[in-house]
Amino acid sequence: MLVFVIRRSLQSVVVLVAMSVIVFVGVYAIGNPIDILINPQADQIDRERAIAALGLDRPLWEQYLTFLRGAVTGDLGRSFVHSTSALGLIVEKMPATLELAFSAMLIAIVLGIPLGLWAGLKPDALSGRTIMAGSILGFSLPTFWVGLMLIMVFSVMLGWLPSNGRGTTVDLFGVPLSLLTVDGLAHLALPAPNLALFNVALLIRLTRSGAREALLQDYVKFARAKGLSNRRVIGVHVLRNILIPVVTVIGLQFGALIAFAIVTESVFAWPGMGKLLIDSINLLDRPVIVAYLLVIVTLFIAINLAVDILYSALDPRVRLSEGGG
Amino acid sequence: MSATPPAAPPMRDAQSPFARLAGDFFANPVAAFGLGLLAAIVLLAIFAPLVSPQDPYDLAQIDVIDGRLPPGSRSSTGSRFWLGTDDQGRDMLSAIFYGLRISLAVGAASTVLALAIGLAAGLAAAYAGGRFESFVMRIVDIQLSFPAILIALILIAVLGQGTGKVIAALVTIQWAYYARTVRAAALVEKRREYVEAARCLALPPARIVFRHLLPNGLPPLIVVATVQVAAAIALEATLSFLGLGLPITEPSLGLLIANGYQYLLSGKYWISFFPGVALLATIVAINLVADQLRDVLNPRLQR
Amino acid sequence: MTPPLLTVEGLRTHFFTRAGVVKAVDDVSFTLARGEVMGLVGESGSGKSITGYSIMGLVDPPGRVVAGSIRLDGRELTTLDPESMRKLRGNRVAMIFQDPMMTLNPVLRIDRQMTEAILAHDDVGERVALGRARDALERVGIPSPDERLKAWPHQFSGGMRQRVAIAIALLNEPDLIIADEPTTALDVTIQGQILHEVQKLARETGTALVWITHDLSVVAGLADRVCVMYAGRIVEQGTTAQVLDTPAHPYTQGLLDSVPSRNARGARLKQIPGMTPSLIGLAPGCAFRERCARADADCAETPAMSVDGNDPGRGVRCHHPIVPWTQPPR
Repeated sequence: MLVFVIRRSLQSVVVLVAMSVIVFVGVYAIGNPIDILINPQADQIDRERAIAALGLDRPLWEQYLTFLRGAVTGDLGRSFVHSTSALGLIVEKMPATLELAFSAMLIAIVLGIPLGLWAGLKPDALSGRTIMAGSILGFSLPTFWVGLMLIMVFSVMLGWLPSNGRGTTVDLFGVPLSLLTVDGLAHLALPAPNLALFNVALLIRLTRSGAREALLQDYVKFARAKGLSNRRVIGVHVLRNILIPVVTVIGLQFGALIAFAIVTESVFAWPGMGKLLIDSINLLDRPVIVAYLLVIVTLFIAINLAVDILYSALDPRVRLSEGGG
Repeated sequence: MSATPPAAPPMRDAQSPFARLAGDFFANPVAAFGLGLLAAIVLLAIFAPLVSPQDPYDLAQIDVIDGRLPPGSRSSTGSRFWLGTDDQGRDMLSAIFYGLRISLAVGAASTVLALAIGLAAGLAAAYAGGRFESFVMRIVDIQLSFPAILIALILIAVLGQGTGKVIAALVTIQWAYYARTVRAAALVEKRREYVEAARCLALPPARIVFRHLLPNGLPPLIVVATVQVAAAIALEATLSFLGLGLPITEPSLGLLIANGYQYLLSGKYWISFFPGVALLATIVAINLVADQLRDVLNPRLQR
Repeated sequence: MTPPLLTVEGLRTHFFTRAGVVKAVDDVSFTLARGEVMGLVGESGSGKSITGYSIMGLVDPPGRVVAGSIRLDGRELTTLDPESMRKLRGNRVAMIFQDPMMTLNPVLRIDRQMTEAILAHDDVGERVALGRARDALERVGIPSPDERLKAWPHQFSGGMRQRVAIAIALLNEPDLIIADEPTTALDVTIQGQILHEVQKLARETGTALVWITHDLSVVAGLADRVCVMYAGRIVEQGTTAQVLDTPAHPYTQGLLDSVPSRNARGARLKQIPGMTPSLIGLAPGCAFRERCARADADCAETPAMSVDGNDPGRGVRCHHPIVPWTQPPR
């Protein structure tokens, strides 16, 4: 097990380094790095001073090492707009995004798995068909438009819920959270389901097809032949088998949720990383874009690694064939 | 499994494969509805100039006095705005028909381009094998592990905005799906003995690829392409809504929805609502068709 | 005479598919005494497995028992409520399946899969159940059972898995075990071991066995009596010696002729011409007539089971049996 974790961690580092090369080449080598790194309003003398200071006259591999050294120490440049560390800006906005993504994932799990299981157990019943039709709708509804409609109905027409911002936050270990106040929860009540929508549909489909496949397996028939109650056959034998792919997808989708939060945050003016990214793209604040990119790539690689480890912990077959222990 | 009832499939009449597929497809009324809806949407988009009450981008035909009128209102000249007007006094119904046109065109163009690139890359990888194959598939794997929207935003941030760049971003996202699908299908076929035999006979690679590898990959490719058209349309709309997609000279559905955002809070819902319904109907129709195609083209599910 | 343990009468299990009704089991009757071993022989698709599932009450939709009666110890099973049926399954009647790679749940440990079968029926503690599971593993010849209890299914070989499945079937000391081709997926040497083991265990515990198989040579060494099934019906029944030595139905004869070891070395193997018929929209009459050399116009009418007047356990469903028959008194 330990060997497996170490090997996967090393692989992750390799991917991360590869990604940093791509980001470096994309941002520093293609196009004019001066345009990207130096405030366009700077005058000629400033520009030349900056070129020397940034070492842009030196060979490419040396520049990459300099970039890498900066990245490792957390120096990803300064924001043109905010005049502070780009990485600092991202880190500051990260809790809001993570809170939104966690809430959405929780909603997706609580709704998606039971509904999918039901649809898998009763594929021909009206209820099962209705759930599946709903999941097609969930796949097809454009997230941003659903967000607008939620605002229209619950904020404008009914006036029940706020349509923007995080509301009152409370610090937990120095991290501001909306989840802990009533006002904050009211502010989460529209964006979190909006972000969850796609994943509810996804988990319904995944759980349903997993359940249908598992129900055809001999071990389910054997479990029933042992005289187990339906509850136990489904709750233990079927569910344990579905859980492996479901947990994997939940893990991988968490990364996707952070990315798709960009849209939801824009609609609900949720002050997270995604909204920062869109604002930065609109304001051409490139160091922030680069910082966001590297942070999200790191996050993705970390999530992938965690999912791999979790997967091997859940499936005894993988654990033993890879475990080396 | 010995438990399955010994049901031999009933003999089918000697139909052409296409007729059989069509028959299977229309066996599901929901899918037939989806196809009908899709056909109607495509026709509306193609003939938008003919069916629209006005040309919404001809300044001579619109009047700011008619701005933000609710659905069913009459214009200053007496004609009716069935779905209301936007802030410029544009008939929303006409704007939607024209917007559909742009959305569908961008979706279709990016899908065709991505299909060509993905097909070539996937077939080449499967045929060549070795290092080239692992290199291509490595790129595909890494790319597919990142969400489409993220890749699109990065490309837009690096490339800048514009119609061509949006299509380029959509193509970059999609090609990997096709490459993976084509390669998987082609690999199955490549292991067959007759392909081995054809290679031994030194038949030209193009012949092996197009006569043997490609046809086997087509059914899954059609399904993936259908799903991807819908995804591309939705993604373009999202980018345009975020203000990072098509320029205002190409008002797609996403842009129309974005235009109505600021008026939504004052209760003027129709400017965002109806373009969204059109977008939703398009995506649902395509997804319904894709769902049924998946079932019809999947030999494992055929009963 | 003691009443039989199991009585199946006029059992019909049909599958209602989109393509039509599949009469997988169509008028099957037999009885089984306590401790008796019966071989249920037939090709795949003859309805032998579905007969087993019908007794277990495990026929999945779109299939359903549409007629007939199944009595266990005089208790009617076809009309039993689901909860009482559940209490019977794995307790009074147990089942072993064909593919040992598939019957154990890959993500649950062996101890859990064994104790749950005990806890579903007996109100005993976890520790008692674990002890019984351990004993059962030992009984089927699994070395170091304490260690093996904590293992996962994929750590066992196919033969070992089937032993575990047999141990699970034996856990609650059932009156009847239905074994659905449990040795078909195994190596020949393992097959022999398992056969021997099961025979011994059944004799020790007085458990009756319905052994479903397509392999006549398995039946020869194991069963007391044999029922041969074809296209959903029992076409011949009798003691193992009667059926194997003096087959009455042309189909049984055909099956026997196609067993390699029974033919002279170097001689061409005989085979039954034609294919098993589709069970959808099967026309009335003898289902075997298309492939039968003895068939004539009479065979368009479904033959009834005619029982030997001297031996009520011996019967054949054929208008033109190979062995002459004394008619039963009407």
